[in-house]
Amino acid sequence: MSVPVQPDQFAFDEKSSAEIPSIMARYPQGKQASAVMPLLDLAQRQMARVTGRAWVPRVAMDAVADLIGVPKIRVYEIASFYTMFHLGPVGPNHLQVCTTTPCWLRGSDAVHAACRAAADTDPDLFTVEEVECLGACVNAPVLMINDQLYEDLDGERTEAVLNAIRRGEKPEPGSTAGRHGSAPEGGPTTLFATDASERTDA
Amino acid sequence: MLSDKDRIFTNLYGLHDWRLRGARARGDWDGTAAIIARGRDAIVEEVKASGLRGRGGAGFPTGLKWSFMPKQSDGRPSYLVINADEGEPGTCKDRDILRYDPHKLIEGCLLAGAGMGANAAYIYVRGEFHQEYRNLQAAIDEAYQAGLIGTNACRSGFDFDIHVHRGAGAYICGEESALLESIEGKKGMPRMKPPFPAAIGLYGCPTTVNNVETIAVVPTILRRGAAWFSALGRPKNTGTKIFCISGHVNRPCNVEEEMGIPLRDLIEKHAGGVRGGWDNLLAIIPGGSSVPVLPKSICDSVLMDYDSLRDARSGLGTAAVIVMDRSTDLIRAIARLSAFYKHESCGQCTPCREGTGWMMRVMNRLVEGRAEIAEIDLLEQVTRQVEGHTICALGDAAAWPIQGLLRHFRPMVEVRIANYHSRDTRRVAAE
Repeated sequence: MSVPVQPDQFAFDEKSSAEIPSIMARYPQGKQASAVMPLLDLAQRQMARVTGRAWVPRVAMDAVADLIGVPKIRVYEIASFYTMFHLGPVGPNHLQVCTTTPCWLRGSDAVHAACRAAADTDPDLFTVEEVECLGACVNAPVLMINDQLYEDLDGERTEAVLNAIRRGEKPEPGSTAGRHGSAPEGGPTTLFATDASERTDA
Repeated sequence: MLSDKDRIFTNLYGLHDWRLRGARARGDWDGTAAIIARGRDAIVEEVKASGLRGRGGAGFPTGLKWSFMPKQSDGRPSYLVINADEGEPGTCKDRDILRYDPHKLIEGCLLAGAGMGANAAYIYVRGEFHQEYRNLQAAIDEAYQAGLIGTNACRSGFDFDIHVHRGAGAYICGEESALLESIEGKKGMPRMKPPFPAAIGLYGCPTTVNNVETIAVVPTILRRGAAWFSALGRPKNTGTKIFCISGHVNRPCNVEEEMGIPLRDLIEKHAGGVRGGWDNLLAIIPGGSSVPVLPKSICDSVLMDYDSLRDARSGLGTAAVIVMDRSTDLIRAIARLSAFYKHESCGQCTPCREGTGWMMRVMNRLVEGRAEIAEIDLLEQVTRQVEGHTICALGDAAAWPIQGLLRHFRPMVEVRIANYHSRDTRRVAAE
């Protein structure tokens, strides 16, 4: 990754600031250092909202350090340890392709190829990152776009999702094969008589 | 086969309302105050009697774990911490609980808190589970509004708070002490044990860390009784379990089944069978990426529970069944797991930090066959030098998949090396 151009200043804006008290309130008195991860997340989301690029610039880390009263290095090491904090700008649609074994077994190579091609043609729209297990293995292969998970993909369905984004649409997350959650394709093999009204024993 | 009336997670697929109204209709939050009124010891004894073992991978008896918490506070508060940092490749069961049955987890937190004398819980949800977090948080907000948690929870006289802390993409935070470090605002690096969390855990206070599924089954156990739960499954391996069946099956899915179900039945009844039929099976990783792979000959008859799989020199782990048919390049499948562990090692212990990279590089050469036969033994030795020589179990988890491969599929690796060398010779001869 090329060295990102760091902005000169960062301050939590009104919308972000409104969330800070409830974040701080989660942790006991004197344990405000615990808030470092949610605050970095808040800063990253503000960057996405304001600049269209989700990332945590150095000045935002400094703002977090000031807020919770810890040395700046403590925040830097958190931001660099956890992979979901981006140290440089990512695209407005950040494509995170899972390529760990369960996804790979079901064809994540084709998903990855489609995402790389999209990032090559439209670098202002897409950035792509290969990630480790996203925790949706029975719906493999999966792709995470910003906060949304797209499941049961193949090369073609991935392209369909990406093309919808190109057209300015917001494709429906979840299974692209019409499955219901983690139920087997074609319908569940269990839970036939569990309509709420029929359960009186529990 | 488990009958529907004995299933705990009746909204596993999200076909019904996950909010409070739907949860109540499914039987959640029924008589919760009366269960709390039974008292701390009665709750722990009931859970002990049920035989419930931790569903996060280690399989430690849950009631026993709770009993390690101090009976009398020395002034420090006690904490319950829920591990919802689900990230073991193959595993996606807690995701369904968080998004479709969050009230089972919330009620479970309250009852477990009452059982161990903790008045607050932190639920550590992996950062990638954004939608799941939103459902969970909405359910917690509903529970507060309905007076089910908070001050005088369920009008039981017991105060209980639940907070959610979100992770940010580090598998290692699924290790309980790394998870505690992460909540404290530090890098997720595991702590030395002892002291165990029950003595010195979160913020230096007595803490119990439990998996989502473990806690979410507790309310049903306490309502229906230990005898009901322990009658399911096999001795010392009681109850039901959510299995995640991924890979080369016709219909991958999550399903709640009885512990001890034969692996073959599980796949054929619920996942539509192995792609191309059972005889097309090559190997299965039965419990998430960290446990050793099993060849078809063992899969033919093995039962899915802690002790049966341990006897087969593998493990139930998180009950994430990764199926691979005969078209699979098994060496590459395992090499990809080696890359996973290399990526996720926190770097604290030298054998793991250096060993995971070393093992990955050798595995990558073995995928091509670009190695000497003697390196197979060398690789095996290195896995033994990593295993058991690190603070946490990530080193073991990196070693075991490779050990499983070499134990059952060594000839495959030898053939790969021989093919590479014969190809190499031909190329030299042609020049």
